[in-house]
Amino acid sequence: MPYRANMMVCAGTGCVSNHSLELKQALEEEIQKRGLTDEVQVVPTGCNGFCGAGPIVVVQPDGIFYQLLKVKDIPYLVEEHLLKGRPVPRLMYVPPEEKTPIPKMNDIGFFKGQMLVALRNRGMIDPENIDDYIARDGYRSLAKVLTTMTPDEVIGVIKASGLRGRGGGGFPTGIKWESCKKAEGDIKYVICNADEGDPGAFMDRSIIEGDPHSVLEGMAIGAYAIGVSQGYIYVRIEYPLAIQRFRIALKQARDYGLLGDNIFGTGFSFDVDIRRGAGAFVCGESTALMASVEGRPGEPRAKYIHTVEHGLWNRPTCLNNVETWATVPVIILRGVEWFTSIGTGDVSQNPWGGSKGTKVFSLAGKINNTGLVEVPMGITLREMIYDVGGGIPKGRKFKAVQTGGPSGGFLPTELLDLQVDYEQLTEAGSMMGSGGMVVMDEDNCMVDMAKYFLTFTQDESCGKCTPCREGTLQMLEILKRICEGKGVPEDIQLLEDLSHFVIDASLCALGGSAPNPVLTSLRYFRDEYITHIRDKKCPAHICRDLNVYTIDPELCLVKGHGCGVCRRQCPDSAIVGEKNQVHNIDQELCKKCGVCLDVCKFDAVKVA
Amino acid sequence: MPKLNLEDLDKISEWRRRTTMLREGAGRAKVTVHMGTCGIAAGARKIMDALLRLVEENDVKDVILTTSGCAGLCSREPMATVELVNEAPVKYVDLTEEKIGAIFREHVLGGRPVLEYALALGSERTQ
Ligand SMILES: Cc1cc2nc3c(=O)[nH]c(=O)nc-3n(C[C@H](O)[C@H](O)[C@H](O)COP(=O)(O)O)c2cc1C
Repeated sequence: MPYRANMMVCAGTGCVSNHSLELKQALEEEIQKRGLTDEVQVVPTGCNGFCGAGPIVVVQPDGIFYQLLKVKDIPYLVEEHLLKGRPVPRLMYVPPEEKTPIPKMNDIGFFKGQMLVALRNRGMIDPENIDDYIARDGYRSLAKVLTTMTPDEVIGVIKASGLRGRGGGGFPTGIKWESCKKAEGDIKYVICNADEGDPGAFMDRSIIEGDPHSVLEGMAIGAYAIGVSQGYIYVRIEYPLAIQRFRIALKQARDYGLLGDNIFGTGFSFDVDIRRGAGAFVCGESTALMASVEGRPGEPRAKYIHTVEHGLWNRPTCLNNVETWATVPVIILRGVEWFTSIGTGDVSQNPWGGSKGTKVFSLAGKINNTGLVEVPMGITLREMIYDVGGGIPKGRKFKAVQTGGPSGGFLPTELLDLQVDYEQLTEAGSMMGSGGMVVMDEDNCMVDMAKYFLTFTQDESCGKCTPCREGTLQMLEILKRICEGKGVPEDIQLLEDLSHFVIDASLCALGGSAPNPVLTSLRYFRDEYITHIRDKKCPAHICRDLNVYTIDPELCLVKGHGCGVCRRQCPDSAIVGEKNQVHNIDQELCKKCGVCLDVCKFDAVKVA
Repeated sequence: MPKLNLEDLDKISEWRRRTTMLREGAGRAKVTVHMGTCGIAAGARKIMDALLRLVEENDVKDVILTTSGCAGLCSREPMATVELVNEAPVKYVDLTEEKIGAIFREHVLGGRPVLEYALALGSERTQ
């Protein structure tokens, strides 16, 4: 019997930790109780991207989107929607500051502005079932290249498509493949970079968890084009579900003969193994990654030796990012013309000429719709933040957005109409990176944010080269000093000089990009540094040492009747005052913890 | 397990698409059975069962069956709406298993609405 409805239950990491697997079981039980087992199928899917609304269930064919579900909602949902055919408004998504629920997934702003290429099977297939992937044209591109195209033709298509690496560098994929193919040596490798070390980023994890075969198919196509019979996936051990989905996918593909010897009877053989990394940020860097796969410490080496010639075990190696690999099959199937119609610039002469296709971003920070989105290249930051991201919560004002992960730059309000593409982001002092996007509002202090991200990159610096190891450390010390009110006017120049020195002299792009947050905050938010240094003030009141807490006597007495809560809660006994009398803060004793501000119900505590 | 060849890939794809097509909501035809309390009381369940059987027996791969609530015309239940791609939806009323069989053959498969069972051509606007 055919099914009349599919309940697509999100089983991405976010929804699973919000109990979506219990939800799935409850659904199955309820469906059985109602005698609908033959009509309604429950399908676990990869991440839908709208993680803030999880756990999510989408009912197909109607595309009704249910969010924030609990096990206790299930009986009613099954009875109303599946039995009586009445979708349940109270379980639907309601946009912030609106009242009317939106029933259909594709009408929700978050989904409407998106264009799914790398995530084409998101929410549509069971990632543990290869047949689902095949039903949506899976492995058709591999069949096409193996039976109808020469390796050079494949490379020609990828070059003409203008596809550029989605892992950080934005290097044209076709050119990389071509160099690796031309490199001397009989044994060559392809590697998938699934290290994904950017804090808060989960683009790659989501692709693997939701559609592992798309990555394998891309790798097989690349392997054929370059002349490779062995591939590796380098994935961090903190991604257990991704590793498991890869393992299942590998087994299913081997069982079908889509990996292994003599694929489709064409004589082409290719297989893939998984290598697990311990999760160091630097191990995402190409040469450190290859060292780690070989079992050596993950440290980069100088760039003048190219990995496409001397990579893994000194053999020619082509490394691409998860999203890059996952995009390859679609380009083969739908063609160059389609792919180049999306995005900016002109790649007809050379692949560096533009940014084509789509890019996956993880939206985080002060934004209503946190989650994972795939958008066409060339979308403006404004569209991204306000249309897809749903704007800033609690009506606060936008201040900056950081693109490209922890070493991306901060872009201010004046640049909201900037188009998201490789060149424009770099020109503005930031980068595409692997697709992190962190939104900051008026309550964020930009000096503090620069310090925060530099703390991460400093911590993750492997220590092999001095400029990165020592340079980032000294920069961090200066930033800490400024935030503590001990900055001197010369610090600004010193920070700028050190930044350029670290960028120019570091061995790899970790040091080469780590100063970006500092440089862009100096470029676009210089006055905040000056206020910290000259006035010893933090305009956002984030840098506690610069805050002065006082009590408004009027409010304390008239509204609060000298309630004394602040006095009792102050850990340093810095507040004095009799019950029912005005209270006061002794500035000598105050350690600026801010507890009084938090506990006063009458807004009598002021911070300046 | 034997290795897949190109025809096998097509076969798996075609067979599996029956299930996955549903998720895309993109069939050639969509049949909606109105299953509000009134519809269920009037026998909508039987209509749905009959449709599921017809799809199975005729090995149809591009038709989506779905349900909706009360269509607001409770006295004429059971009701169903047939929508072919790019054509106006047709509402059928006072259905029986025989009638739905004829509608399935003539309209869903043949593309010719069965006017004698139809309430009216067209439908109120749906999203
Ligand atoms: C410190 C550092 C971390 C990196 N982390 C990653 C990562 O997690 N994933 C990734 O794909 N690329 C990462 N890269 C970029 C890789 O070195 C390389 O450019 C990329 O994997 C190539 O694939 P692509 O051309 O498909 O983007 C990192 C680079 C640096 C310098």
